[in-house]
Parts: sequence; structure tokens; C-alpha cells
Amino acid sequence: MTDTHDTSSTTTGDDTGHGRRRSALAALGDRKKERIDSLAEAGSLSSAEGVSLWQSAWRRLRRDPVFLVGLGIVTVFVLIAAIAPWLAPHDPAARLLIGQVSPATPIPPAQEGFPLGGDNAGRDTLSRLLVGSRQTLIVGVMATLGGLAGGMVLGTIAGGIGGWADSLVMRIVDVMLSIPSLLMAFSIAALFARPSQWTVIAAIAIIQVPIFARLLRGSMISQRHSDHVLAARALGVRPAAIVFRHMLPNSLGPVIVQGTLVLAVSIIDAAALSFLGLGSQDDSVPEWGQMLGRAQVFFNSYPHVAVYPALCIIVVALGFTLMGESLREALDPKSRR
Amino acid sequence: MLRFIVRRMLQAVLALFVLSVLLFAWLRSLPGGVVSALLGERGTPESAAALRAALGLDQPLPVQYWRFLQRALEGDFGISNGVYRGQPALDVFTQRFPATIELSIFAMVLALTFAIPLGYLAARRRGGVFDTGSIVFSLVGVAVPVFFLAYVLKYIFAVQLGWLPPSGRQDVTINATHITNFYVLDGLITREWDAAWDAFKHLILPGIALSSIPFAIIFRITRAAVIDVMDEDYVRTARAKGLRQQTIRVRHIMRNALIPVVTIIGLQIGALLAGAVLTEKVFAFTGIGQALALGFELRDYPVLQVLIMMAALIYIIVNLIVDVTYAIIDPRVRT
Repeated sequence: MTDTHDTSSTTTGDDTGHGRRRSALAALGDRKKERIDSLAEAGSLSSAEGVSLWQSAWRRLRRDPVFLVGLGIVTVFVLIAAIAPWLAPHDPAARLLIGQVSPATPIPPAQEGFPLGGDNAGRDTLSRLLVGSRQTLIVGVMATLGGLAGGMVLGTIAGGIGGWADSLVMRIVDVMLSIPSLLMAFSIAALFARPSQWTVIAAIAIIQVPIFARLLRGSMISQRHSDHVLAARALGVRPAAIVFRHMLPNSLGPVIVQGTLVLAVSIIDAAALSFLGLGSQDDSVPEWGQMLGRAQVFFNSYPHVAVYPALCIIVVALGFTLMGESLREALDPKSRR
Repeated sequence: MLRFIVRRMLQAVLALFVLSVLLFAWLRSLPGGVVSALLGERGTPESAAALRAALGLDQPLPVQYWRFLQRALEGDFGISNGVYRGQPALDVFTQRFPATIELSIFAMVLALTFAIPLGYLAARRRGGVFDTGSIVFSLVGVAVPVFFLAYVLKYIFAVQLGWLPPSGRQDVTINATHITNFYVLDGLITREWDAAWDAFKHLILPGIALSSIPFAIIFRITRAAVIDVMDEDYVRTARAKGLRQQTIRVRHIMRNALIPVVTIIGLQIGALLAGAVLTEKVFAFTGIGQALALGFELRDYPVLQVLIMMAALIYIIVNLIVDVTYAIIDPRVRT
């Protein structure tokens, strides 16, 4: 592995002659680290035509069916999560069908008033799915925000201060990136004697920290010699203010792209944790990953119990991924030609 | 070149060191403390005191870390208290490792066979229906939880259709000789063809499920790399020279486009190991993935400790090898 984070600062501001040579190397960009770095650069470049990065990105996105489908899915998902308690026909924790649950028939079938049937505790599946959207959204958002917060602290220290702080932080970040991330999430989750929704969020958030840290650092380094930072420095703006007021806001683009993608991954990873028994043990408040993880025992005889939450997770994760990928494409100056 | 290799190796050593510190910290923060975690239910006050003394928990932290490192190097990771109750934890790794290698290699070969041609075709018809279709397909692949895919495959092809076995590595009625513990290979060596074929059939479903993880990434990398390479000057030159399309495709485009694909294979090892935890659990495939899943379930910390350490170790070493090979193939990265 080459020391990519040192070269990233030099390749940014260069003309196309240099950029051409880079494009062959950029093909390797999807190695985890380099992919993050190229994303970090993407957001901090401004377009030559005098249109701001966001304006030109929006122009492209408005007509991009992939983005619109993603946006549609995410909007519907967030709306459902917001009004779920009023949408749900029953209380998701009430054991209304418990009379139909027996060792021979553990899963109540679909019936009048219960279009998707019940679960093995006699609770209405449709209501649990609707209300579960809320917890799922919380898990995704909180894990992403947690990872972002940690990454921002490390990335700002590394990119803002530079020097030895940079080397130290980046070495730690690189080692964290060198551990298979899902395996790390499993190991962190296993540390808690009593797993809950919050331990799941913590485990997933921690594995996102190095990614956001590298992203923010790369973005800041590429801005270090840009005009607006030089101007601020010439005006005598304090270093801290330059970092927080001039550099951080400009790193927003790549962070949003990564954030959308991480949200999708967080929801899927939460399901994996539940599947291994490392998720929340309390199922009075439903969550899709937990519903899917717990459906494993019924899969061969009652596959629909797993299929419903799985479809919800797949659709929502796909929505966030479509949005994130098309955002990345739109913000990438290379693909704008 | 030599400088690159030396520096890359130093990086790997550093990674191993930090990793050992992390693992040490992980062990120390286990619920109930390291003694009860390692002893499990078998712990009596006497054995707990003995272990405490043996581990030197009354010593200062650096001394404790040093002891931990020494025991790890000697291969002493404690006794399993769940997966292989009463046996050394290291045995779980040595006995089950071949199974996971077999499965991972099969999954990786499967992913490469389909993802590379698909990525190439998508790049050739960039922006077309086929291209968009395969991109959406690969994104859906990412969105499907791998253990759910495994269950669906198992339900359709094993439970409903009965074409393939639903679980295990080999039918119990087959009395196969095991030399290497790579069951397919064993069958081939001993010429027990039905044993090899049966072991292979057991690989298919978990292999397909597991291959969905590297598939999407390899597809997208191949596509991006082919698009990049097609714009290169040397491809235009080759075309201007009047070389045959076939020659340009194989010698100029694919050869260069495959470089990033080779790299990603190394990185995907980690994702495969994590994915194996989920897939092997679904198919009761007795590899280290299933042992990890069981370990998490039964809180068998000695086994978890050795497996996590080995998984990370393999990952770091494989990536070291890939990076060095890569530097030999492509002089541009030797900086």
C-alpha cells in the first residue's frame, strides 16, 4: 500500500495533464482507503463554469432516475417512520393473537384485520413492521451520526493540526481500517453483557469512525492550499476558526455522500448483529433487523416471517444506496465532463 | 522496490502490534472480567484464583500485556468453554480452518467468474440498458443481508426442491478419509469420487450466498477500471496501429483493468471472513465462521479470542502479499 494520503494533496489542484495520469491510478480508487480519499477530494473542487458544485450537482440529479427512485424510497420511509404509531392498526406490543399460538402452530396466519398475520408472541406483524421503521431509522441515523462525530474529532485533529498529530491519528485509523469491519462490530457488540439497541448502535458507529476520519482529513488537506483558506489566513483569521468555519463546511459534500451509504450499511449490519444474538434482547419495541434476526428459527416452515422484515430492509437500504451513489457521481468532477 | 517492501512490512508489523494491544484491551473489558470470561461456567473460586495468578492479574498492565503476548506466541489461548468444550481453543482454529478456506476460495472463484465478464460487458455498453441493469443488480446485491440470501437459497434449493444438501460439509453416511480436512481435495487425493462430489455439492449453496459479497464490488471495480483504461492513450495507439479488436481487448484493456481487481481480492478476504460467520451459521457448515457465530452465542471467549486474532492476522498477511505482488506488477505504486 502506498502512502496515498500524502499524495492526495498534490494531485488535487493540478491541471488535466496530471489528472490523466491519475485517472489510471484512480481506477484503484475503490481500495477502501483510496476510495475514501478520492471522495474527499471530489467535494472540495469547484467547477470551472462558475456554477457552484451543489448547483451543478442538483441540475444533474434532478433528471437522474436512479437518484429520484432513491429519494422517493427514503422520503416514504422517513414519512412512515414519523407517523407510524398512527398508521399501525394495532399496538405492536399487544399479544392479540396469543390464543392462536401453540407449539404445533407457532405463527398465526394472515386473517381479517391482520393482513400479514402475527408473530410467535401473537403480535400483529403489519403493526410491528410499521412501528419498526422508526427504530430502524433511529439505529441507522444514530450509528451514522456516532461514526461521523468520532470521525470528525479524529479527522479535524489530523487534518487541522497536521504534523505529528496527523501521523499518529492516521496510523491508528489505518490499523482500524485493516481489521475486517463487520468482524470488529461483532467483537465490540460481544463486550456488552446485556446487549441493547444502544450497544448495537455503538458497535456499528465505532466501525464507521475510521472511514469518516480519513474522509474529513483528506478533504481538509486538499483545502489547505486553496484560495479561500489562504485568504482567511492572510486576513489573520485564527487557525481554529479557519478549520471550523472555512474548512469543515466545505467538507460537507463527501460527508453527506458517505453518510447516506453508511446509513444503508448500518441497517444491514444491525440485522447481522441480531442474527448472531448480539442485538437487543428486548423485543417490545420492534426493529426490522431484530425481527429478521429472530425469524431464523421459523425460516424453513414459515419463511414469510423473515421475508417481510427482510424486504423492508432491502428496499430501504437500496434507497439510501441509490441516493448515495448518484450523489457521489454527481459530485465527482471526473464524471462531470 | 526493496524500500517499498520493507516499509510495507514495517506497516504490517505495526498493524499487528496495535492489533495485539486492541485484543488485549478487548479481553480486559469483557463482561465479568477476564477470569470469568475465560473460565465460563466451570469457574470455581479456586480455579479463578489459580487463573488470576497464572495470568498475573496482580501485575502492572505492561507486564500483563507482555505475558499475554508470550502466551499468544506459544499458541496458548486457553480452553474452550462452549464450542469445543474442554479442548484447547487453538484446536478449534486448526481443525476448522480448511473448511472456511475451501468455502472462501469457492465463493471468490464464483464471484470472479461472473463479475469480471459482466463488468467488462457493462463498461463496453456504458450507459445502456445492460449497463444500468447490472449496476442496479449489483446495488440490490449489496442491500440484501447475506444471511437472508443464504436462507432463501437454502429454502428454495434444499428444502423445497431438494436438489442440494441443506447443511453440513459432507453427508454423514459417506465414510470418507480425511487427510487435509479440505474435503473436496481429500476426495480427489484418495480417489473417493463420490465423497469429493458430495463435499462439492455441500459447497454450492453457501458458496453462492457468500460470493454475493465480493461479487458486487468486483463487478463495479472491473467496470470502472475498463472504462478508465478504454480512454487511455495506449489503447487509442493500439487501435491506430490497426491491431485486431481481440488483441486490444485481451492484451491492452483487460490486462491493465485487472490490476485493481487483483488488489480488491486481498481486501475482500476480510469481508469474506465476516460473511462466513453468517453464511456458515445458516448452513451449519463447520468452519471457523460457524465457530465464531457459536462463540458469540455461547460467549466462548477463549475461542473468540483465537479466531478473531487469526482472522485479522490472515487479513493483514494476505494484504501484505497482495501489495507486494502488486508493486512487482505495477511499478507506479512503488513510492
